[in-house]
Amino acid sequence: MNKINAELLKKLLMTFGPSGNEEKIRKVIKEEIQEFADEIKVDALGNLIAIKKGKGKRIMVASHMDEIGIMVTNVDDDGFLRFTNIGGVSPFMSLGQKVIFDDETIGVIGMEKLDDIKDLKLNKMFIDVGLPSKEEVIKKINVGDVASFYSPFIYQNECIISKTLDDRIGCFVAIEALKKLKDTPNEIYFVFTVQEEVGLRGAKTAAYGINPDLGIAIDVTLTGDTPKAEVMDVGLGKGAAIKVKDRSIIVSPKVKDLITEVAVDNEIPFQYEILDAGGTDSGAIHLSRSGIPSGVISIPCRYVHSPSEMVYISDVINSIKLLIKVLEKEKINI
Amino acid sequence: MLLKRLTMANGVSGNEDEVRNIIIEEIREHVDEIKTDRLGNVIAIKKGKEGFPRVMLAAHMDEVGMIVRSIDDGGFIRFSLVGGIDERILVSKQVLIGKDRIHGVIGAKAIHLQDKNERNTPLKIKQLYIDIGAKSKEEAEKLVKKGDYVAFDSEFIEFGGNLIKAKALDDRAGCGVLIDLLKEEYDVEIYGVFTVQEEIGLRGAKVAAYNADPSFAIVFEGTLCSDISEVPEHSHITKLGKGPALSLMDSYTIFSKKLNQCIHETAVENNIKIQYRQPSPGGNDAGEIHLTKEGIPCAALSVPCRYIHSPSSIMSLEDFEGCKKTAKLFLKGIKKGEYVCE
Repeated sequence: MNKINAELLKKLLMTFGPSGNEEKIRKVIKEEIQEFADEIKVDALGNLIAIKKGKGKRIMVASHMDEIGIMVTNVDDDGFLRFTNIGGVSPFMSLGQKVIFDDETIGVIGMEKLDDIKDLKLNKMFIDVGLPSKEEVIKKINVGDVASFYSPFIYQNECIISKTLDDRIGCFVAIEALKKLKDTPNEIYFVFTVQEEVGLRGAKTAAYGINPDLGIAIDVTLTGDTPKAEVMDVGLGKGAAIKVKDRSIIVSPKVKDLITEVAVDNEIPFQYEILDAGGTDSGAIHLSRSGIPSGVISIPCRYVHSPSEMVYISDVINSIKLLIKVLEKEKINI
Repeated sequence: MLLKRLTMANGVSGNEDEVRNIIIEEIREHVDEIKTDRLGNVIAIKKGKEGFPRVMLAAHMDEVGMIVRSIDDGGFIRFSLVGGIDERILVSKQVLIGKDRIHGVIGAKAIHLQDKNERNTPLKIKQLYIDIGAKSKEEAEKLVKKGDYVAFDSEFIEFGGNLIKAKALDDRAGCGVLIDLLKEEYDVEIYGVFTVQEEIGLRGAKVAAYNADPSFAIVFEGTLCSDISEVPEHSHITKLGKGPALSLMDSYTIFSKKLNQCIHETAVENNIKIQYRQPSPGGNDAGEIHLTKEGIPCAALSVPCRYIHSPSSIMSLEDFEGCKKTAKLFLKGIKKGEYVCE
């Protein structure tokens, strides 16, 4: 049976960190990796950068710490909170869900009376924290405060179900790789980026600062293996996904071939990913400075951006293996 | 009044000369160095004391407007939009074209001549034209050329309780604030930038920030204000007369919590009204600035303006003064070593 450090994964998934508010998750990750890195720093936007020194290629590994969430825009006289999205939040996915604020206050998302549910938009919805008046609410929560979705961590059979697998599962893969990586011929920059969900922002400034020879993002990808899903040749349990293309990047064939070769040589199950929607940090990295060859190792994930995302443990383990083997590779020719 | 001169000057994106000239003339004596970069940004530097941070302050000079696309056989002018303008507001507006400020009117069929369907459908830009009173194409071509910029013709008026009505308050209000700030003395180094081409994609700010490389930046804006009776409070964005507005989040930026907290405290401690701008779509120069090089923390302090991107926007002089005062006190309060990058 496959084993992972479920305790660490749970801690990563349950830690607060909507885009722009990554303080807590940054602290958790920093403490976890401190003893395994040669140097750790935090840049102006809040990216956490852990360096493992080496003499070969400079490789930037990016996984984003931030998660989607909401920001409060108004508190009305009866204490109901109006809100806007941070990143891709669907009104339909949000209805009836619970959110949790930085101070651990929990609220329920409700909606105004609508004649047609198709008219559901975030500005017709509100958060109810169960307090009777504005006066009571603003003692705890104010305009500009943010919350993330609230749902439990579930480890069932061979899968994980949770909020924020996008992209804490990527952070988990990077952390496990960093821990297991012994001597590497390359110089590795593990970057836990901020603000990916609002436009790949942290990766942009981190890539500028690091100026790597190669960029590898670790993120979730959508799948095509559910009933009447949009056609997509990625499925849970079929191995680590090697990205070919998404909205933000056409992966350099050299990088795609490099990762593929490593997977084949080490008999690690993999699948190719062509994603019609969405993008990830490699989209920002590959356009930094005079261009940086970049690729992505993706963990297949169902129900992305819902409070109940799902991944298979086997895919996570294969992604960790694949990342380690890529980073350990000598004489990378990019 | 300086704000009157600033709003009466025409500076549609890409054509900021008139505004640039007023600004340079106004600030020249108060700064250590002044230059215009290759895209047209005005950069004004005030040297600071050792150990204090370099602060980029930005306000954009350009305004939304139009540009001449062609002149038809009857001497009527067809045009394209520059920046985000609601086509429905264009009919019957007076405009000024080109350097010589040729008067024109955006014309349309009189109500008597419209059939029912026409009355119910807002006119599209393709149906609109500018009438400059020319009798023929030849006559029009003597006055106006393809590519000439078109700006709204709108008086600067003081009215109501300390209110201003003018065009281009987005962002001549910010320019007014920044000019005033440059007339003061600080310990921090001030890298003041009056940017070009904000309205068509934050373009000037992008190159200016690359060169400035500051410790942090503050953007001064004229921003959305929709505090009208029918609009629910959670969609007001800002309120007129409630002080300058600090941005939390917009389409391009999540603003620095640390800067916001310090600026907010400065206002509160000095009994200056201040409000937060409700997170909403839109953006400002911070969108480019904060992602420059290794990242630059940004705040945006704005003067609330009703009806922005129209010939008649409205702002409160009290908010305008509050914006200047808050920024001034904040900048003067920065201590040695604060905000300095490693």
